Amino acid sequence: MQRAMLTVQRLATVFLLGVILFNYPVLALFDKAATVLGLPLIFAYLFAAWAVVILLLVWIVERGEHTERSERRERGGA
Amino acid sequence: MLQGSVVVVASALYLALLFAVAYWGDKRADAGRSVIANPTIYALSMAVYCTTWTYYGSVGRASAMGVGFLPIYLGPTLVMALGGFLLLKMIRTAKANRITSIADFIASRYGKSQLLGGLVTIIAVIGIVPYISLQLKAVASSYDLIVGYPVLKAVTGGGEPVLADTTFWIALILAAFTILFGTRHLDATERHEGMVAAVALESVVKLAAFGAVGLFVTYSLYDGIGDLFARALADPGLQKLMTVSADGSYSTWFSLTFLAGLAILFLPRQFQVTVVENVSEAHLKRAIWLFPLYLFLINLFVLPIALGGLLRFAGEGINADTFVLTLPMSAGHELLALFVFVGGLSAATGMVIVETIALSTMVCNDLVMPLLLRTRALALHAERDLSWLLLAIRRGAILVILLLGYLYFRLAGDAYALVGIGLISFSAVAQFAPAMIGGMYWRGGTRDGALAGLLAGFLVWTYTLLLPSFSKSGWLPANFVSDGPFGIELLKPHQLFGLSGLDDISHCLFWSFAANIGAYVVVSLLRAPTAAEASQATQFVDALKTSRPVGSALWRGSADAGELVALVGRFLGPARAETAFAAYARRHQLVDIGRAEADADLVHYAESLLAGAIGSASARAMVASVAKEEPLSLAEVMNILDEASQLRTYSRELERKSKELEAATAELKAANDRLLELDRLKDDFMASVSHELRTPLTSIRAFSEILRDDPKTALQDRERFLGIIVSETERLTRLVNQILDMAKIESGNAEWLVEDVDLRAVVEQSVAATSQLFRDRDVALTLDLADALPVLRADRDRMMQVVINLLSNAVKFAPPVAGRVDVRLWHGDGQLHVSVTDNGPGIRAEDQKVIFERFRQGGDAMTSKPTGTGLGLPISRKIVEYFGGRLWVESTPGQGASFIFSLPLPTTGRETGE
Repeated sequence: MQRAMLTVQRLATVFLLGVILFNYPVLALFDKAATVLGLPLIFAYLFAAWAVVILLLVWIVERGEHTERSERRERGGA
Repeated sequence: MLQGSVVVVASALYLALLFAVAYWGDKRADAGRSVIANPTIYALSMAVYCTTWTYYGSVGRASAMGVGFLPIYLGPTLVMALGGFLLLKMIRTAKANRITSIADFIASRYGKSQLLGGLVTIIAVIGIVPYISLQLKAVASSYDLIVGYPVLKAVTGGGEPVLADTTFWIALILAAFTILFGTRHLDATERHEGMVAAVALESVVKLAAFGAVGLFVTYSLYDGIGDLFARALADPGLQKLMTVSADGSYSTWFSLTFLAGLAILFLPRQFQVTVVENVSEAHLKRAIWLFPLYLFLINLFVLPIALGGLLRFAGEGINADTFVLTLPMSAGHELLALFVFVGGLSAATGMVIVETIALSTMVCNDLVMPLLLRTRALALHAERDLSWLLLAIRRGAILVILLLGYLYFRLAGDAYALVGIGLISFSAVAQFAPAMIGGMYWRGGTRDGALAGLLAGFLVWTYTLLLPSFSKSGWLPANFVSDGPFGIELLKPHQLFGLSGLDDISHCLFWSFAANIGAYVVVSLLRAPTAAEASQATQFVDALKTSRPVGSALWRGSADAGELVALVGRFLGPARAETAFAAYARRHQLVDIGRAEADADLVHYAESLLAGAIGSASARAMVASVAKEEPLSLAEVMNILDEASQLRTYSRELERKSKELEAATAELKAANDRLLELDRLKDDFMASVSHELRTPLTSIRAFSEILRDDPKTALQDRERFLGIIVSETERLTRLVNQILDMAKIESGNAEWLVEDVDLRAVVEQSVAATSQLFRDRDVALTLDLADALPVLRADRDRMMQVVINLLSNAVKFAPPVAGRVDVRLWHGDGQLHVSVTDNGPGIRAEDQKVIFERFRQGGDAMTSKPTGTGLGLPISRKIVEYFGGRLWVESTPGQGASFIFSLPLPTTGRETGE
């Protein structure tokens, strides 16, 4: 229960991070006619930020699951 | 190869495959081995979000606005991060209340209002119809394109009669397909496992097809992604696509993100797959990241395809919405083109099937059934089995909804790009947000508030988005948008009250939400919630709490169980009703359910069964029609809810108390153990004491008897015997004194006179007191006492008792010849140390601990004669420990023993303080 609450709070934090990353004014910082590795800056930024958000979600959700599972195993073994 | 017949056969085969998967899924579900009980399938089924809008439309939008297509996918990504509690709450509420559609959800929350359910249904149908027409349009135009191969433009007649229109036939085929798919039988929970399995498969197909085109365009038509962007950047006309601000503002960006985030929650088809079809709450976990990942992957190639199309077809006037299909066609890749067409069909059928099934459930449960049941002329209340009617209504609703989609397509379809049509629908379902989210987190929302909010938001939406879309297509006069109705400038639909500077979606979003939220909150606050609203509010707002009053706690009245069974049977079919009630009877160990008077629990069970089939509002009305109910007043409902929350408090209190009790029990047990141990020690002690007392008593008695019985004893012997008697009596006295002493110290009743003690003086006095002993036994005594020692805080007499005890012990054990005892006193580590060392036989290692216990002496008790009371050392140790010191022995057998004690000095602070 405690862990579930923690996961929910972490996810909510990622939501807030995403709101900031994907909106004005942070968006405007990358909204320039420039390129990164041959890709337009805004295109590269949006997909990179999106990938980061998804990776964070994976990390938070799956990590929580694994620790819970290993804890259960430890308790079962004890 | 791409003749019409080939395309039709390929499509038919694909649809047959889908149907086979669905059929298999249903069979497996009936057998209890669900194929969709899997988090990955769950996440894939959520990807029904990606329709032909994504598949064809994103490229069209990217061709006009660059990365402007992305907010539609970023919004859902963000909302999924909130899924952990928002979606969880929706799922749990829906399961607990047997909610089967979004209309049911809202109606149920606000006191099971039929009116509200009907309004939500109407809004949903009108709002979603453009979206369905979008799918028809996309499939029809892609079909026209592909059969026209190698020409890249469809011959758009537009004015052909309905019966010659591809779109019309596609609408009919999809309707037939959906009817076969979703309404083969009636399910009490409205779950469609087969459909979900098929939708998950479709998600894989459309992602694979889109990815194939993306890879083909990027790496076959061009030399990789770098080459593609380099060429695009060289084209001044395309440079504006590389920024957000050039062709769209940040406010649009925000509005679209926001709308899409709401759409993922409130689109009827998303509600269906995410909430209604959810098998297990645990599946939500993986969907939280897998669904955003799917969105990420399907969007990766959108901009490359758009740029590729713009570069390749520059100036040819080809609709950017068709690039996904026309690019492979222009390169002569017929198979790929066919695959793309099937992928598009996937995207469209998935959406149409789930959306129309969800809508048909709403239309049937929340619109048609309430009306039919009210119409007495139809005498439906007399009908025995109505389940066929439910199915017929749903099938009819599916057909009507698809034909409405076709109608919208004929009226307005050509005027908008795919995305434009879709956004109109998004804005419509966003109107559910205040009533839904408010209902889940705010107890104060009332039925009237929800009605007012929905109505206000819906009217503003109609005025600012729907009517202009008709106007754009010429169905309404064009000056309705440009000049306002009747030429009133202030009422221009895209610049309501003169608000300009926003695109039409953001503009609608602002005004409709202002009206919606405003009306919802203000009207809700006009009156307190009624009893029904308050009790439902608790079910929804507290959905995630572990203990809350069940629905049956809030019902009072009486009903005939037989009538209830018959009622449920009319809607579910008699056989299914019998099975369901038999299961209930087994669970509650009732013998014959039909005969008993129904209790609140059974009534609640019947109502929830009905709710699954005909919606909560109708179910409420039907149950009320057969039960004699005593309406609860608001005060009574509040009492019940308060009681429940008091119960919660009590149970928490109880839990706390029981924990305390457990702790106290553990303490008591420990104390009891200690007491038992002490009791055992006391017994041992008594045994030892009696033994010690008996020895001198025996000898005293023996010698006294000799003296009494034999008067002729020689005087010399007489004196010797009397001497023994006296010394044994002394020993007895000493023993009794020491026992008393020990008892006093142990019980804490000893009197301690604490004063400044000069340990050196104590040692010297003790030596003086025992000097006679040393002389008697001819033992040499050497002293090594340090000078100028600090004073101790202790009891002088007790300290002397310790030293004398050690000295007399040493003298006793020193050998008769060349016996020697060394006494040392020194200062170190903030402590004073005294050692008394003899050169006697020493003490065996195993005895070194024992000698400090009562009545235990070193050596073999059987062979050697005891030379003391056995209490001296235990008393000495108690005294030393009382003053915070330590007494121990160091000895090597054969080389004498050294008894040492150390006592801590008072801290310097205390010394100076005195």
